[in-house]
Amino acid sequence: MTKEHANWSPYDNNGGTCVAIAGADYCVIAADTRMSTGYSILTRDYSKICKLADKSFMASSGFQADVKALQKVLSSRHLIYQHQHNKQMSCPAMAQLLSNTLYYKRFFPYYAFNVLGGLDSEGKGCVFTYDAVGSYERVGYSAQGSGATLITPFLDNQLKSPSPLLLPAKDAVTPLSEAEAVDLVKTCFASATERDIYTGDSVEIIILNANGVRHESEQLRKD
Amino acid sequence: MTIFLPCLGVCKSLLQVLSRSTFSLLNQRSGLTSRLEVIMMLDFSGLESSAPLYGGSNELLSDGFSAAPSFDLPVTSDFDDFQKNSIQMVKPAKGTTTLAFIFKEGVMVAADSRASMGGYISSQSVKKIIEINPYMLGTMAGGAADCQFWHRNLGIKCRLHELANKRRISVTGASKLLANILYSYRGMGLSVGTMIAGWDEKGPGLYYVDSEGGRLKGTKFSVGSGSPYAYGVLDSGYKYDMTIDEAAELARRAIYHATFRDGASGGVASVYHVGPTGWTKLSVDDVGELHYSYYPVEPTIVEQEMTEAVVA
Repeated sequence: MTKEHANWSPYDNNGGTCVAIAGADYCVIAADTRMSTGYSILTRDYSKICKLADKSFMASSGFQADVKALQKVLSSRHLIYQHQHNKQMSCPAMAQLLSNTLYYKRFFPYYAFNVLGGLDSEGKGCVFTYDAVGSYERVGYSAQGSGATLITPFLDNQLKSPSPLLLPAKDAVTPLSEAEAVDLVKTCFASATERDIYTGDSVEIIILNANGVRHESEQLRKD
Repeated sequence: MTIFLPCLGVCKSLLQVLSRSTFSLLNQRSGLTSRLEVIMMLDFSGLESSAPLYGGSNELLSDGFSAAPSFDLPVTSDFDDFQKNSIQMVKPAKGTTTLAFIFKEGVMVAADSRASMGGYISSQSVKKIIEINPYMLGTMAGGAADCQFWHRNLGIKCRLHELANKRRISVTGASKLLANILYSYRGMGLSVGTMIAGWDEKGPGLYYVDSEGGRLKGTKFSVGSGSPYAYGVLDSGYKYDMTIDEAAELARRAIYHATFRDGASGGVASVYHVGPTGWTKLSVDDVGELHYSYYPVEPTIVEQEMTEAVVA
């Protein structure tokens, strides 16, 4: 007796790619702005990046309805934290909150592939990368989404940082300057757009440093 | 719904065969002309495709089964490998090598650091040895999120035990807490293959706990896809009376050999030691570099040396 499969799935894949790079005193978070379903493009102008706290930005690809729900849950939890503690949540704390939020739906997961970027309490850049059910680790750079398999090998080549596990502990942040890192991100997206149908249209880049937040946008191929 | 259609398709052709045969019987009895018989014997089975169409007009189905859209769509539930990937995303991969053993000086714990999602290496720097508290370690194999979450939860429970009972929890107790939690989620798809190693009042303790609900006390364990290779090295080199350095080298060697032969293991080999004063991280070595330190490349004698061509 062959197993019966459901005709309807609660999930859909809206595609897209997200990248984040941590620097000595900055953090770059970027995501393309194309939202698709199957072979169709729903919109060319959709932001996948959400500000969770002053120093924490989350970029997520996957199923955007789940991403939206996840962003709302985290934003409201942050608001409660601010009321209770009278301060903003630090990026590592937000990272653990995101991990727990994802794991609480272990048996009906958020179909969201997240990258959390920000500045830690020392002002150094930090990037946390997640799987769909909440396992996370702090890394020097990360890519998630449909173009991740294209971008990650390139970032490994350009930015290969020593393993954060090494003894004595070495910094995982990249020695690149902020301008070089932004340029690298633009290159990544330009290349991923060439070979991934779900990535393109434009890339939204957020640069976090001690002076605050800066936005940049770069047009990509729209085909 | 899709499975009914092929079955019905088979039944339909069977019906036709039956109707053909009964009709021919009737023909003989009632003496109808053979021309009708020839028409009824025409084989239409080639025109019917056995592949069912979504909401296709099939009168056998019009009795309430098909509420599907009325235009033809390809019958795949998986348009761009999406559903396969969404199953894969939660699918735990026990692609890893972890090991732990008890010896004279305590417990030695070692693991690789590769995480794979199907054939893709998602990370080469995963922390697979989890520090539950300063005198207890847990290893991670299986679902990364499952192991991370439940080990953190175990750490919380151990701390609560300390506060409630004014003494540290034993390794036996901690492993039992974890095993009971995992047993209650049995059958729900968690994938956890962990070893709890620690030093308590009874000395060194090592337990293997898994998501099937199993819990085993032992002196030597290895978990993961690379464990057969690790066991080979471990079993052949193990002695109870080893020094810490000898035991660390054995553990490191076992992980290295497992990463060499198992595609799902790699990255760095971490080695920890649990002694009477708690755990210490002894070494973390990239397995690629370990290879060349164990098997250095002999420089070969060059017979003919190539030099730069002189450009006139």
